[in-house]
Parts: sequence; structure tokens; C-alpha cells
Amino acid sequence: MEKNFKHGGLKTKTEDIKICVLRVGGTNCDAETARAFQELGAQTEIKHINELIKHGNLLDYNMLVLPGGFSFGDYVRSGVIFARSLNAKLGKQMSQFIDESRPILGICNGFQILVEYGLLPGFEGADQYSQATLTTNIPQGFKCKWVYLKNENKGNCLFTNKISQNKILKIPIAHGEGRFLFSVEKEKQLLEKLVDNDMLVFRYCNEDGILANGVYPANPNGAYHDIAGICNKDGTIFGLMPHPERAMYWWQEPDWTNKTHITSYGDGKLIFENIISNISKKQ
Amino acid sequence: MTSALYIRSVMANNVLEVALAKATDTELVEINSKLALGLSFDEMKVVQTYFKNENRNPSDVELQIISQTWSEHCCHKTFRGKIFFDGKEINSLFKTYIAKVTKELNAPWCFSVFEDNAGIVKFDKGYGIAAKVETHNHPSAVEPFGGAATGVGGVIRDILGVWADPIACTDVLGFGPLDFDYNKLPAGIKHSKYVYRGVTAGISAYGNNMGIPIVNGAIYFDESYTGNVTVFCGCVGLLPLNKYVKNAQAGDCIVMAGGKTGRDGIHGVTFASAELTEKSEEVNRPAVQIADPIEEEKLKRAIIIIRDRQLASATTDLGGGGLSSGVGETAERYGCGVTVELSKVPLKYQGLAPWEIYISESQERQLFAVPPENLDAVLAIFEQEEVETAIIGQLTKERRLKLIYKNIPVADLDMAFLFNTYTTIKTATFKPAAFVEPDFVEPTNLTQILLQLLGAPNIASKESVVRTYDHEVKGNTVLKPFQGKYAGPNDAAVLKPLENSWKGLAISCGMNPNYGKIDSYWMAASAIDEAIRNNLAVGGRRIALLDNFTWGNPEKAERLGSLVRACQACYDIAKAYRTPFISGKDSFYNESPTGPVTPTLLITAIGVVPDLRSTVSMELKTPGNLLYILGNTYSEMGGSEYYKLKGYIGSSVPKLQTSKARKNYYNFTKALDQGMVKSCHDLSEGGLAVTAAEMALASNIGMTLDLKAVPNKAITRNDFILFSESNSRFLIEVSQKDRYDFEALMKNSCAMIGEVIDTKKLQIHGLNNTLIVDAELSELRAAWKKTLSMEA
Repeated sequence: MEKNFKHGGLKTKTEDIKICVLRVGGTNCDAETARAFQELGAQTEIKHINELIKHGNLLDYNMLVLPGGFSFGDYVRSGVIFARSLNAKLGKQMSQFIDESRPILGICNGFQILVEYGLLPGFEGADQYSQATLTTNIPQGFKCKWVYLKNENKGNCLFTNKISQNKILKIPIAHGEGRFLFSVEKEKQLLEKLVDNDMLVFRYCNEDGILANGVYPANPNGAYHDIAGICNKDGTIFGLMPHPERAMYWWQEPDWTNKTHITSYGDGKLIFENIISNISKKQ
Repeated sequence: MTSALYIRSVMANNVLEVALAKATDTELVEINSKLALGLSFDEMKVVQTYFKNENRNPSDVELQIISQTWSEHCCHKTFRGKIFFDGKEINSLFKTYIAKVTKELNAPWCFSVFEDNAGIVKFDKGYGIAAKVETHNHPSAVEPFGGAATGVGGVIRDILGVWADPIACTDVLGFGPLDFDYNKLPAGIKHSKYVYRGVTAGISAYGNNMGIPIVNGAIYFDESYTGNVTVFCGCVGLLPLNKYVKNAQAGDCIVMAGGKTGRDGIHGVTFASAELTEKSEEVNRPAVQIADPIEEEKLKRAIIIIRDRQLASATTDLGGGGLSSGVGETAERYGCGVTVELSKVPLKYQGLAPWEIYISESQERQLFAVPPENLDAVLAIFEQEEVETAIIGQLTKERRLKLIYKNIPVADLDMAFLFNTYTTIKTATFKPAAFVEPDFVEPTNLTQILLQLLGAPNIASKESVVRTYDHEVKGNTVLKPFQGKYAGPNDAAVLKPLENSWKGLAISCGMNPNYGKIDSYWMAASAIDEAIRNNLAVGGRRIALLDNFTWGNPEKAERLGSLVRACQACYDIAKAYRTPFISGKDSFYNESPTGPVTPTLLITAIGVVPDLRSTVSMELKTPGNLLYILGNTYSEMGGSEYYKLKGYIGSSVPKLQTSKARKNYYNFTKALDQGMVKSCHDLSEGGLAVTAAEMALASNIGMTLDLKAVPNKAITRNDFILFSESNSRFLIEVSQKDRYDFEALMKNSCAMIGEVIDTKKLQIHGLNNTLIVDAELSELRAAWKKTLSMEA
């Protein structure tokens, strides 16, 4: 599907792609996230937001990644302080970055940040107030476990459009606040919009691909409509609660000691690979 | 205190001169108690003599410094002092037993042992692994969440204190029974359920927020932990060995970084060196610190950058004893003196007296020695990471500890006096426990007993807690806490610390407090064997050990006697297995209105897996494979979970034959390296039956076993063979094709006792050929998972 990259954001060669993995105090999945992109050959830098404010420019990068963690301790509400400071300190660069359709990925806390920023769901570009939230799990409490995801995107999302529709991915979660919700009075209408605009990406399911239907443990946090990941209307901004960077290599998988045939990579790689190939595809 | 003992206002604000020089013996006792110094009378006399010779009275700041430096927590009087035991004098338990093993083994891969904040062993490609395990029992008893969280925070800073990047945490916890009768709870003791929830939540909060995976641990329940919760927090770090810089010298600046200083954590170390009372809550609440993991996360980032650029000449964490401990020990270690201006220390709020500033144990603070020319660069790094810093003083040539508060001197002590601590002399006695071996007939329904054992709190699945710990962050956890589709318990965690190396790091632990009720020697021996065999089970070797003692009041001769016995075992067993100790920590005075803690030794084992691709997990793999048991089974039921279930302790505690075990372990590792071991699980609590059940329920593949084939020493009872907890045993799955090679390699140490079968059942045939255990795996799984499923 044709995407309109207005700026020179596209690179023909993977090794020319520059990715910024942005961190603040409390970000803690930056190293393994950067490693996943580096494994695929992209230039990836881990930058503290203060470095970017002082000496850098977001627009030097082809893609922005907000990794997992507990940014600023998530003391107010998960992701909200990072989102506000990103907006306050780099808001102009962010707007241009988004206008130019440069991709943004948010994993776990990164997803929470993108929602708090108003970029996801982002029905009409960025919303001043987010139309969704990621709140405390049901059953309550932090959970670290592997889950199954079903790719329900029909091709809009730049991070999954080469992954076949309905493919089941096995990727772990680790969060206490991952329950995706719309406001109750608008949830049907917003969900319809989400589906119509092809913004729904991953849903929790069981091993056989049967949707969790809100039931634990297949749906690990009580997310509405089993939603695990969504993208914006343009398909350039993608957020998900599970951690693909923890499912990059075979030896990260929970059952590798039990397998007779080992593949080199885990399912998480599909997502990283997908976006890299979209950035490097065309000039 | 009678006001005559204070002489006010000759010193700076909020500093008292204490009339010590001329104090009578009664007044000495009064000063000690009113200032909460926690010193012995003899020590007070030594202090008095010092100030008499100096011809002056001390300030309260000086007395608090001495109190902190000489506390059990900071200078380990019990382990370093003299002990009379069994007609002999032991000059330092530490030197005589623990350090002696390491010294005699003289392993070339030990890089730094017992001298810094953590032990360091060589790993691969110029990198080393640092390891440390801390106890945080007293704070966790008073404030479970904060106590446990700061325990994690503290041990992580210990790792940072040797310039290592923390890559994993461990936690081993001891609680009272969760169903403890509320009516029997003594005043001032918190219910175990409350403590359990608070402690586990504190650990997960800190580890998860810092983004350090919690990969290994244990939860143990014992009546004696009701008033003495036991919290061991461990951390493992990775460092390039050429960046291990410790060369501070006079002239270097003292920089502190991280959190601000407040009244939280005042007298933590003296509190930790006393028994808990029913008043501990109200009196010692301020001794528990407040945790802020994000502050420490930022601190960690800055420390690693400073390390990589080699900008500082030393670092140490500010934990127990606060600045007093960090500043004093840094100066002492580099043969310097030090001058500190206390008013430079950033405070949470005003009003702290100088002595409070100096001994506060507020969290997330780290101390650095920085050559003046690197100061700007260091401060810039902290600024970028948004970490507050203060330059508070300088190392000096003159060997004195000088503190200044707003330009007025408030302490001036001779370093040699401060660190030449008074050697204690204690008496220890040992009397064998009076438990007798019970006499009861073999139960008829052993399936039922197995189900009960699987549900026993010490054996039951801890999944509800462990899933609240992020054990995958950093993406390097190769062998996770649970194995198989149905989450069986693994023996050890395996990490992949380096990008460009297949070398793995195996982390395991061993702890058998119930055996200690019979004999602490065999408890310690068993804990070491368990930690080692857990490590071997996943492919670990070249094992280094960490010892952590949680004991009662060492002033009591019989408590000390059991400690001596445990230390003797540490020497004997570690020597025989050639596994040096690299670090350790002790916690004494674990006594409360519910009585003393049962003597508890935690052994943590850090091993290396030469190629992590050969790592083995514990769940059964393929029907048709054969099952072998390694090692002999003895009628050693004393302290077992089986006896406990029956209401007994017994006397036949599991022992150890190290020469045989070592040979068996060696052969086992060879078999594992050659790919013959398809799965392996160690035999511990609940014995053979529980191990077999766990392997089967984890993958939902059945097995059949025959007890007649189990090598044993004249055991005539099925229940004893099933549930004996004899040491040094594994249950091993081997494929048919490897059968003869495996048997040839293992010689007579292994016996084939069964087969993996394509059913969903565990079936065990007894000595008289009848089926004595016949259970659906789903039934076993339900029993194992139910007990603690709702407690988290």
C-alpha cells in the first residue's frame, strides 16, 4: 500500500536508516529494543531526551521508538509525564515528524505514552485528549507472561502489513496497566471507527488463534475487545503492550529447550523487520 | 539523660557536647541508651578512654559515628571476633571457615572476593560477574513493602559499587504460615499474610521499576518466621574488568549523588543489630527507608557512563550506616583521612541535626571519589541524567575523620581508633537436638500423601508471586523461572550476559532451614549441595558460592554454637566441592516476641554454562525416553516435608558424601554436554515423588516409575523411598538411543527406574509390585497450583 512519505524519510539501504530510541529516567527496555533494530542492520541510537533537547534534532531520524519501562516512575498515570514533556520540549519537532509520516513505535510504556500524547488512537491526527486509556489490569497486578496475538490489521499498519492477516504471534507481556479501554458510552462507536479505519492491529487470543473474548489468561489484562495493539489512521504510529524485543531471538522463547527444530528468530522480529523494509523500500 | 551530661551550644547548631570523659559507669550506660548507640559497656569504656586521652568530651556526632562504625551490621563483630567453642578458641569464624575455603582453593577465576561491596568472578571476553546477596529482615518486619523494596535497592547499589551493571536480581523469602491464628499473634507482630503481600509487592515494585529481571528465588514458610520475616535480596552484575577502578587518593573530591537525605533510615544499622520487640513498630519505624526506584535507575545510568569513561577513582553505595559508613570506609580503604562539610548534603527538609545527616540511610544515594580534574565531566553526566549531586568533601593525607557543619568542626576522630574495632569474645555451645525419630505405619494411600505434599506451602507453586516479577526485562533470560507449557519450577535461571558470546550464567540457590532444627551442620551442608546441584542441573559449573546467615542473638551461647557448626560445614563442603565463597552477609538478632528465627543459611550459587545452547530444562520431553535416578536414597526423613506433613521433625537429617557426589556430578555434566540429558530435575523437598510429579505436570507428559529399581540403603518402606530428601540426587530423562552410552558414562551411580509414557498420568510401582501412586497429571497440577494461587 502506498504511503506518502513527504520528507526524505525513506532510505534505500537499511544501513542508512537512523532510528532514535528515546529514553528518560525510568525507561528500561531501551537496550534490548535498540538491539533488535541493530540486529536488522539499522543505525540505532539510544538518546536521553535531554541530549535531544540540547544538541539533537528528532528530524535527524527516520523513526522514533518509545521503549518500555516506568518513565518518571509512572507515578501520576502511566506514560503521562513523558508524553507531556515530549510535547512541551520537542512538540514542534514531533509535529513535523508526524506530518512527514515518519513512523513512531511505542512498546508497553511507549504505547501508554503515545496514548497519553493523543497520538493513539489518533482518529483525526493527534487528539488533544486521548480517546482511549491503558489502565490497571484485571485481574489486578503486574503480570509477566507469554501471550498469543492475532494480527487483525488489513494492511494499513506499516509495522505489520507484511505479516499475513490472522497470523498468530507469540510474544511476552510484562505490565500492570495494560487494559485498553475506550470511554464506556462511546466504546461501540469508537471501536467501529477503529476497525473501519483499519487501526486495529493485535488482539489477544489463545494458542489456536481463538480470540480471548475478554477472558483471562488468554486476555491477560481485561483489555476491551482483546485489544493488544493499535495504529493511527495513517498506519505510521503503532503502539502495543507486548514486548516484541523480548521475542527477537530463539533463545528468548520460553519453550526453546523443548523444541527439536529451532528457528533463528522469534515472532517479535516480524514487526521490526516489517517497518524496516517499509522505510527502506522506496525513495 | 540528666542534663548535666549535655554541655550545650559550645558547638554548632544542633550539636551537643556529651560529658563522657568524666562520666561514671552508670552514666556511661545512660549515655549509651539515651543516644541509642547500641554499644556494649566494654566498648563505652574504650570510647571513654579515647576521649580522656584526647583531653576532651566528644560531640554527639562523634559518638554516633563510633556507634555506626562499630555496629554488628557494619563491622561483623560475631564473624570477626573470638569465640570459645568446644574447648577451643576460634579466632574469627570468617577467617577460620569461610574465607579459608576461598584462600585454599585459590581459584584463578576469582577476581575480587570479600573486599568490596560484591564478589567478582571472571566471566568471558574480559568481562566479570559481580554478585551480592543482602539481608533486609528487620526493616521488612516493621514495614514489609518499604523494607523489602529498599533491600532490593540496596543490593543493586552494592553491585553498582563495584562498577558493575546490574543484570539480574534474586530473592529468597521466609514467612510464617499464612493461616496463622490471629488470636495467637503477639502484640507488635504483623500477620504473615500482610507481611507476605507487602514484601513480595515491594520486591516486584523495585525490580520492575529499575528494569532488572528477578530471575531466581524461593519462598519458605516456617513458624519461626512469623515474627522474624526473612528477606534475602540478591543482585548480579556485569562489568568490563579493565574498568574496575579503585585507586582513590588524598586530594580526590568526595561527591555524593542521587536522592536527598532525610530522617528515614536513622539508626538502621543499630536497629538491625538488636532484637525486635513489640515496640519496634513505633520506635523503629524511622529506621526503615523510603524507596524510589526511578531515582536509582537514573543513578545507575550515570554510574555506568562514569565507569566507561573512567572518571572516578572509587565508588561505594550509601546503605547501612549512610554517609558515615561510606565516607569512613572509603577513607580507610585508601589509607587516607577525610574532611566533610555536612551542610553541603542536599536535604529532603530542614531541621536535621548534623549527626542525623551523617548517619541517615536515605535510599538511592551513592558516593564517589573523583580526581579534581574530572569533576566537571562527572557533574555534567549527572546533570544530563537529572541526578542531584553535591561535592561534600575531600580525601586528606592526615589520617583523621573531620566533619564540619557550617564552618564549625563537629567531629575530629583518629581513623586508626575508629577502624581498629574492639574484638569481642563470645562463648558458644552446641547440644544435639532432642528430636526422636517417629514411629508410624506406612500410610495406605500414598497418592493422597503426594497430593498433600504438592500442596504443602514449601512445595506448592509460587507462580502467583513470581509472575508479578518481571523476569524477562533486558531480554537476556534464557532459562526462565517456569518451564514447560504448564509452568513447572526450574532448578536455576540461565542468562545470556554478553551479545557476542554463547556463554551462559546459571544462578541457583539452596536453603533448608528445617534441617537446622536437627543439626545446623547438615543444614548448611545440604544448602550448599542443593544450590550446587540446582546449578548443575541446567548445565552450570565452575561454581562460586555466596553465604547469607540469618540467625538469632549471638550473645546466646547455643545460637552461636549452631552458627559455628554451620560455618564448619561451609568449610568442609565447599572445600570438597571446590566451590569458593566470594561474598556473604550475616543478619543477627532475629528474635521477636514469637521467639528466635530458626537458623537459616541461604547459599546462592553462580555458575557458568560454557555454551547455553546445551542448557537443559526440567520438564519431560518425549514419551519413550528412559528415566534414571542419580545417587543413593537413604532413610533420611528428618526435617523432611513428609515428616512435617505428619507433624514430626525427626532426627535422621539428610547427610552428604561429597567424594561420591562430586564424581557423580562430574559424570553428569559430561553426559549433559554430550546432549544425552533431555531433562533433569533435582530431588529436594518432597523427594523423588514430588520431583517426578513436577517434571510430568510441567509438560503434561506421563511417567511410570518402579521403586524396586531405586538404589537405596536397606529401605523397606515405599513412603521413605518416595519422600526421602537425601542429597546429591537427580531424576534424569535419557533417550533410548543414548541408553548404553549414558550408562557407560555414569557407571554405577545411575539406575534406570522408569519411562516417560504417552499418558497423562504419574504411576509409581512399589516394592511389592503394586501400584502405589496413580494420579492424573491434571490432579497433581491442581494440588500444586492451588495453595498459593490466590495469595498474591
